[in-house]
Amino acid sequence: MSTFPNIPLTGYRRENGRVGIRNHVVIMSVDDISNAAVEGVARLIRGTYALTHPYGRLQFGKDLRLTFDTLIGTGRNPNVAAVIVIGIEPTWTEHVVKGIAETGKPVAGFSIERHGDLKTIEMASRKAKEFVHYASELPRVPVEWKDIWVSTKCGESDTTSGLASNPTVGRVFERLEKNGNTLIFGETTEVTGAEDKIIENCVSPEVAAQFKAAFDDYQALVESQGVSLLGSQPTEGNIRGGLSTIEEKALGNVEKMGRCKVAGFLKPAEEPKTPGLHFMDSSSAAAEMVTLCCAAGAVLHLFTTGQGNIIGNPIEPVIKLSANPLTVETMSEHIDVDLSGLLRFEYNLDGAADRTLEVMARTINGRLTSAEALRHDEFVITKLYRSA
Amino acid sequence: MKKGILLHEPTDDVGVAAMDLMAGEEIEAVTLEGVPVATIKLIEDVPLGHKVAMRDMPENHHVQEYGRAIGYASQPIQCGEHVHVHNIKSLRWAASKAKVLEE
Repeated sequence: MSTFPNIPLTGYRRENGRVGIRNHVVIMSVDDISNAAVEGVARLIRGTYALTHPYGRLQFGKDLRLTFDTLIGTGRNPNVAAVIVIGIEPTWTEHVVKGIAETGKPVAGFSIERHGDLKTIEMASRKAKEFVHYASELPRVPVEWKDIWVSTKCGESDTTSGLASNPTVGRVFERLEKNGNTLIFGETTEVTGAEDKIIENCVSPEVAAQFKAAFDDYQALVESQGVSLLGSQPTEGNIRGGLSTIEEKALGNVEKMGRCKVAGFLKPAEEPKTPGLHFMDSSSAAAEMVTLCCAAGAVLHLFTTGQGNIIGNPIEPVIKLSANPLTVETMSEHIDVDLSGLLRFEYNLDGAADRTLEVMARTINGRLTSAEALRHDEFVITKLYRSA
Repeated sequence: MKKGILLHEPTDDVGVAAMDLMAGEEIEAVTLEGVPVATIKLIEDVPLGHKVAMRDMPENHHVQEYGRAIGYASQPIQCGEHVHVHNIKSLRWAASKAKVLEE
């Protein structure tokens, strides 16, 4: 058994040394009212992607910071070759441009005030055309496994998740950790009941304390809203599938970390500074979590599902894994790695990890994931509280 | 011997049915690595994804899965029995009604 499949990897080595596996030219909105101009540019210029969203006006404090970090981080992601940023006014637009420009990649900002949509679209389209010519001539070059930052999350989980697909990701992560990769997991809400396992596996008391603070903070938030999510776990559907307690559900979730150590704690959308597995404080809603992983710099996502979550991301390809025989049959167009053979004893966990790594290698080399082919482009900014 | 139960850890008190299992069947329990651990005679039917007791457990026993406690036995459990909400309970939170919206 070899650690990685015998498939040479190729990717795009960016100006700052990071490696991307896609080569997007992104047209990005700073705010909701600039979406029309962004879409205008993307319609005019082939090979661009319109990254729009409903926020960016009258936000303040931590909530504004997270929106900026998400936009800047997405632009910085190595799967992006170049970025056009369009906002209503110049100050916030320039802030986003500067954050992306640190990577050294081509980026240009346009603001709509004093120009109007049509003039802005013309100016931005001329620049976008330049960027497309630039990006389309960038060659794929040989890259190493350790260049690939990988993130993970599970969704629509059932017992097959904890039993098969999550431990498979855990086994893949063990191999990648040993290889010096940078890895991200999270879901602050969904690890309730297995937080002790995460704390015990943190590399230092400092990392454990940071995780614990974020975990407690979330519990306090839920309580402050006068609700209880704890009693809602496991759900009726989970129980029907065989899950009995919240501890069991959470332990199944954290199987994705395998026997890796937690090397660091990340705030939402924060870029890891060191290799190893990082816990990112994040929502457990699939699109929000993957968007945050992408903003943190992950270039490839492993998403395990039991009942069939269909999420994708426009910038970070999402590989979907399932071991539920019914899901892989009835929702086959969404599943990239069928692990139901684990339940038929056709292969063991290492065999499942080998299969997963082979699909990862092919995806790195350019094969579209199911979510990419099906246009699952969910880009969802995590909103912390209401705007002014 | 028919393989049909998967174990996260060889020492776990419960295994997971990898297929629908019938009362009276003798089933081999193996780890996810494929290592055989024990043969269990089913006392009752256990559907795919549900848990089977690997040994007898007294009331209040902390039931191990994933090498960790997933709850306690709310009544004595026999080897080969179906293990679920009727005979184990969370150690963390008493069962309470979900309350996702404030009242």
